[in-house]
Amino acid sequence: MRPSIALLRKDLLLERRAPEAIPAMLLFSVTTFVLFHFGLGRDEVAGQLAAGVLTVTLLFAAILGINRLFVAEQEEGGFDGVLLAPIDRTALFVAKAAGLFLFLALVELVAVAAFAILLLGPSPWPGLPGLVLVLALLNVALAVVGALVSALAIRTRARDLIVPIVALPLLTPALIAAARATAPLFDAAGASGPPTKWLAVLALYDLVFGLLAYAVFDFLLED
Amino acid sequence: MDAPAAIELRGVGRRYGERWALDDVSVSVPAGATLVVFGPNGAGKSTLLRVLATLLRPHGGEARVLGEPLPEREWAVRGRVGLLAHEALLYRDLSARENLRFHARLHKVAEPRVDELLEQMRLAGRADDPVRTLSRGLLQRVAVCRAVLHDPPLLLLDEPRANLDPAAAELIEPLIGRASGRTRVVTSHDPAGGLAEADYALGLRDGRVALSAPAGDVAPAQVEELYR
Repeated sequence: MRPSIALLRKDLLLERRAPEAIPAMLLFSVTTFVLFHFGLGRDEVAGQLAAGVLTVTLLFAAILGINRLFVAEQEEGGFDGVLLAPIDRTALFVAKAAGLFLFLALVELVAVAAFAILLLGPSPWPGLPGLVLVLALLNVALAVVGALVSALAIRTRARDLIVPIVALPLLTPALIAAARATAPLFDAAGASGPPTKWLAVLALYDLVFGLLAYAVFDFLLED
Repeated sequence: MDAPAAIELRGVGRRYGERWALDDVSVSVPAGATLVVFGPNGAGKSTLLRVLATLLRPHGGEARVLGEPLPEREWAVRGRVGLLAHEALLYRDLSARENLRFHARLHKVAEPRVDELLEQMRLAGRADDPVRTLSRGLLQRVAVCRAVLHDPPLLLLDEPRANLDPAAAELIEPLIGRASGRTRVVTSHDPAGGLAEADYALGLRDGRVALSAPAGDVAPAQVEELYR
């Protein structure tokens, strides 16, 4: 666990020193909500439409973060330095996934507030605990698949193309489950919590892809 | 050369796509000895270092580093090799101290070692500046610190004195020179200087061995011939 913590600390320090991923994801999210506001020609959205707008926007914002995940390692030669260390290479996966999870959580703090102000019709407060749970599970999915795809893409010349082409289809089940779980929370009538069925689907997705990524990550880094 | 071999290569090859960057390379380096590798640009010197560092897998032949066969037991070699490559392998937005502390954590090295090396390399005054603000020479000194931080028995040095003034070259000598007592593989374009620090000389041309002999048996003119 210590190598993962060292790697995560380094990534957080780099993002604090030279912010790249978080401002880009944040700006993208807020801009997209503004575009939806005008594009849909509606002042307010609710239910399934609101859930779709929020989750799809977060998914595309996450793609920006996934694209940048290994850039510091690649551009600055740090990758070789890490690969030379006597550590389990899955420590790198754990650190990158944890870093992306934290980046997404920080972005969502602002993005969800902006969504509530710019687009959301019903009050977000009653469904907030449920929304936090759904977004946490969605973030795990984005972080796990993102770290995996980013490691795959960084070894190719077409990194910026590979990430969305591979990540979006892989993340489609998670997006569907997150949108379905969120929809009742944004209903005008309100709901006490997200449907258990879709939460379970999301949790199962996290578990399956978490184990899969853990198993194959080492091979992705082999030359 | 009776000491056990720290490096043993037999017919090692490595290709990029269809092109063999290393082809049928054989060499043996006893523990504590220095192998200097000569050759023009693109001859395969850096590829050889990356194979020995376990960053590239050999595509042919047998390779043994520090007694461990590659690639089967490459994990047992990692952490016992210090690589000084063309790139500094440092994060440019972090300071020298932050970079070295990061690598110290990965290698389970006590942090006082970082301060000790920074002092030794006379970098203490710039240790907290982002490395992107350092000159090439200072950056190379930080890279030397990173390469020896974990006290590796094997050093792989790609033109280690490039970008260094004579005083700085003298400064790094105790850490990566002959006096360090480590097994070293050094690439060089300086026939006289390279041979002076070598126990064994290897010349590469187009990935193949063009010269392989004890350094004492090699004249600088033979090395210069590699570049013609």
